[in-house]
Amino acid sequence: MAKTKQIITTNDVQHVAQLANLPLDPAKIPLYQKQLEDSLEYVRIVQTLDLDNVEETVQISGLTNVWREDVVDPSRTFTQEQALANAPSSLNGFFMVNGIMKE
Amino acid sequence: MNYALICGAEIHVELATKSKMFCGCKNDPFHAEKPNIYTCPVCLGLPGALPVPNKKAIEDCILIGLALGCTIAKVSKFDRKHYFYPDLPKGYQISQYDQPFCVGGQVETSFGPVQITRVHLEEDTAKLHHETLSVGAESARAVSLIDFNRSSVPLVEIVTEPDIHSAEQAKEFLKKVRDIIRGLGVSDCDMEKGTMRLEANISLAPVGEDPGVPPSLPPYKVEVKNINSFRFFAHALEYEKVRQGEILDKGETPLQQTLGWREAEGKTVVQRTKEGSADYRYFPDPDIPPIVISRQWVADIAKRLPELQSTKIDSLISMGIVESAAKIIVNNQVMMDYLEHVKILNPKYIQSAAKDMVNKKIDYKKLTPTDYIKNIESKNSEKITDPAVLTPLITKILQSNPQETPLNFLIGQLMKATSGKADPQVASKLITDLIN
Amino acid sequence: MIEKSIIELHELIKSGLLKPETLIDEVYENIAKYNDKYNAYITIRDKKDVLADLAMASDKKTSLLYGIPYSMKDAYLTKDVRTTAASAILEDFIPPYSATVYKKLQSAGALLIGKANLDAWGHGASTENNDFGPTKNPWDDSRVAGGSSGGSAAAIASSMCKFSIGEDTGGSIRNPSAWTNTTGLKVTYGRVSRYGAIAYASSFDTIGPMGGSAQDLAIILETIAGVDPYDATSSPEPVPNYLQGQTLKVGNLTIGMPKEMYSHGLDPEIKSSIEEATVEFKKIGVKVVDVSLPIAEIALAAYYLIAPSESSSNLARYDGMRYGKGRELFTTENIRRIMIGTYALSSGYYDAYYRKAQKVRTLLIQKYEDAFKKCDVLLMPVNPGMPPKFGQLVNDPIQNMLADIYTTSINQVGVPSLALPAGFSKSGLPIGMQLVGQKFAESTILNLGHKYQSVTHWHTRKPKL
Repeated sequence: MAKTKQIITTNDVQHVAQLANLPLDPAKIPLYQKQLEDSLEYVRIVQTLDLDNVEETVQISGLTNVWREDVVDPSRTFTQEQALANAPSSLNGFFMVNGIMKE
Repeated sequence: MNYALICGAEIHVELATKSKMFCGCKNDPFHAEKPNIYTCPVCLGLPGALPVPNKKAIEDCILIGLALGCTIAKVSKFDRKHYFYPDLPKGYQISQYDQPFCVGGQVETSFGPVQITRVHLEEDTAKLHHETLSVGAESARAVSLIDFNRSSVPLVEIVTEPDIHSAEQAKEFLKKVRDIIRGLGVSDCDMEKGTMRLEANISLAPVGEDPGVPPSLPPYKVEVKNINSFRFFAHALEYEKVRQGEILDKGETPLQQTLGWREAEGKTVVQRTKEGSADYRYFPDPDIPPIVISRQWVADIAKRLPELQSTKIDSLISMGIVESAAKIIVNNQVMMDYLEHVKILNPKYIQSAAKDMVNKKIDYKKLTPTDYIKNIESKNSEKITDPAVLTPLITKILQSNPQETPLNFLIGQLMKATSGKADPQVASKLITDLIN
Repeated sequence: MIEKSIIELHELIKSGLLKPETLIDEVYENIAKYNDKYNAYITIRDKKDVLADLAMASDKKTSLLYGIPYSMKDAYLTKDVRTTAASAILEDFIPPYSATVYKKLQSAGALLIGKANLDAWGHGASTENNDFGPTKNPWDDSRVAGGSSGGSAAAIASSMCKFSIGEDTGGSIRNPSAWTNTTGLKVTYGRVSRYGAIAYASSFDTIGPMGGSAQDLAIILETIAGVDPYDATSSPEPVPNYLQGQTLKVGNLTIGMPKEMYSHGLDPEIKSSIEEATVEFKKIGVKVVDVSLPIAEIALAAYYLIAPSESSSNLARYDGMRYGKGRELFTTENIRRIMIGTYALSSGYYDAYYRKAQKVRTLLIQKYEDAFKKCDVLLMPVNPGMPPKFGQLVNDPIQNMLADIYTTSINQVGVPSLALPAGFSKSGLPIGMQLVGQKFAESTILNLGHKYQSVTHWHTRKPKL
């Protein structure tokens, strides 16, 4: 159990930002560092509880086996125009983005 | 130094369901006439969209697991696997992490068994391709173009233990898995269409002095992608065996990395992984309630398992079909269906139908079983069996022939006199009676 | 006219004494008068579009909601009507499809006036954390209206619509309802389809009605509740006649008051207002007992692990490639929550944070079950204090989180809760309370709320605008 405060380093902030695909304003990194530390300190009480014999609640709906039959549902299918309607950039019916390095 | 090849395979199979994995869009990316015509809020990852799993895809995945000898989970769920890439609209793929539908199977090969670690279900990504657009006379702009017709098509992932130890074994294993899955009718497993995709995990272990002691698992493994055929898989294995062997000979350990196979150059090259640092942050998808799999449901799915080849051949032989013909028919589903139909209409024609199909005496693709039987019966019905008609002819023949004339010759004469229409069995009996 | 109940309006429209166009005009006049000041709406539809909807709904005249003007928190996709989640990322987004809840209200002949302001992506309790300006509290324009469904609450309180559809993940309907003297319902998880609702925390998000009274909410809930094949977590539990349920007797019910929630940390004026409310409940025959629910701190901590984790995942799709703008446009508070969520899910921390929080959830469920052994309904405060002045909450993430102390456990456990007006502070600010029921007991809490509103008048008071 974590007895000491979780220290968040600049590297931690950058690593998390990269995982989360968040472009970070470098000037704000100290702010995020502090905020992350404070937030983690706040929720730390969760770590102090002894919950070894407790099951996680992963589904609150209480449901199981909810699915759909293998049927084509044209009522929701978009036309190509609709699919691309909000795209910032498209070409010949494709969504277009700046070049990703080839695998 | 002698090294043992330690290889595991990861096979992705696109299921041929009618609709996608989590929505009702048409599942037909390969034949789509245009890009982005089979999309909806769910598979495009629009705000507010929610996934609802395709029941048939779940059953097909369980069926594949059963066919590969797996144990089916009692409870299963879907998890979110997070990474960022333009072909992944939600920024996460709905996949399975720690409670897959199937675990622990095995596929026999002539080189020994290959164990199956797990078989799970997930959604496919969109299709990405790269182009260079010319921007004015001097410069060009590299762009990536995305088509979401394939996004969220159901994908079954099969992971094996590192039990593949040679290129030959790999080819045999992959062919066998492909044939098994095709035989289930759940996917066409076409490497060219991309409905079957391969990845290899390859490492080498030094072979010890004692041949009875298997080599211990190496402390690294190299992932090889971009393998577009079984042959390329074998080539990649052979290449890596040499490349990694040379590094190990120097006393170094090959880097744990992801490589891509380049068939044209005959080598592997380092590949940028799209997942980056590969911390997928798996957690159970809260939008999809868990799946409870009853014994009864598994038993019902298992009914779709095809009989083993040998059982099928035996059953044809027991119907009076010769073994050589049975072996041909068993590999031809159209012929199998034809015989099944004949059996339902009139089982006494099974043997002749089998013979006529195999000897190409009939075009079974054009002639229906019903018409086939009709033709035979009308030919038979054209046969003269009426003694009133035949007796005068037989009498004449008997009169024209000496007493010792063999029966067959006399039957032949009668056939000539009736232009082949006399029924041979009836003729034989009548002639015999008249002689006596 | 807009102050009348939905049933009264329906009767007037049915009898021809009131034309829906009149009601629409009144709403647009109020919008012209008040929206610039209170900033309740992000998008206001053209009146002609609303009138066109009215014309199309001519076969829906028997519906109680026919012709009734409403707003929706701008977190619901409304086809062809801009939907932004109050974020610059979606400021130009025109949805190509509609949320199930919107379709149901269209089928009932209700008229969408516009999309209401919120804390962007649901991240906040004050409707300040967004790119469209804060929403002001119609009771005191130097104070927040609450959040994250602050725009919805303010629009109702200032008569810019009759009702609104809000969204409650950790208190986002109940908090602004309590701070604006309106009535708001957080439903049982799965009672209303989430299809088309921009997701904040998938295992907490609920869609619910906000309006002037528990009776109005009963009518709306009947329309929007029900299973949806497009939402795998929506419940097949049958939808009862909530309006009829409000005619049942309540003398056999027991209200439990969790004593831990009435101790330190709660504004004394709120405490005394709720105590006065118990007197009213007793008068109508309801028993009131003390119960124990020792969960507030751990509930809040678990909530602030699970919600940001699920949110960080749900916001991963906003990459500006298929729609919307880039991720650099998230606000500081958005980024904080995405980062803490990503951290809590990341390798090496998942077990200690996210997974542990899901275990706390199990504990909370048990504690609520224990409390419900002693009573049918829990009576709890909604907010710990009065609506703060601008800047107080949004610049202090911890204070922002603490504002949710009485509301978040209810989302984690999935039970329903009705927030309703319970009085005013000496300075004239609204005080709210919440009636918490067991799963799918919306009938019970709507009935109790309606009975309370039949013998009290807090909910009929309107602010001086």
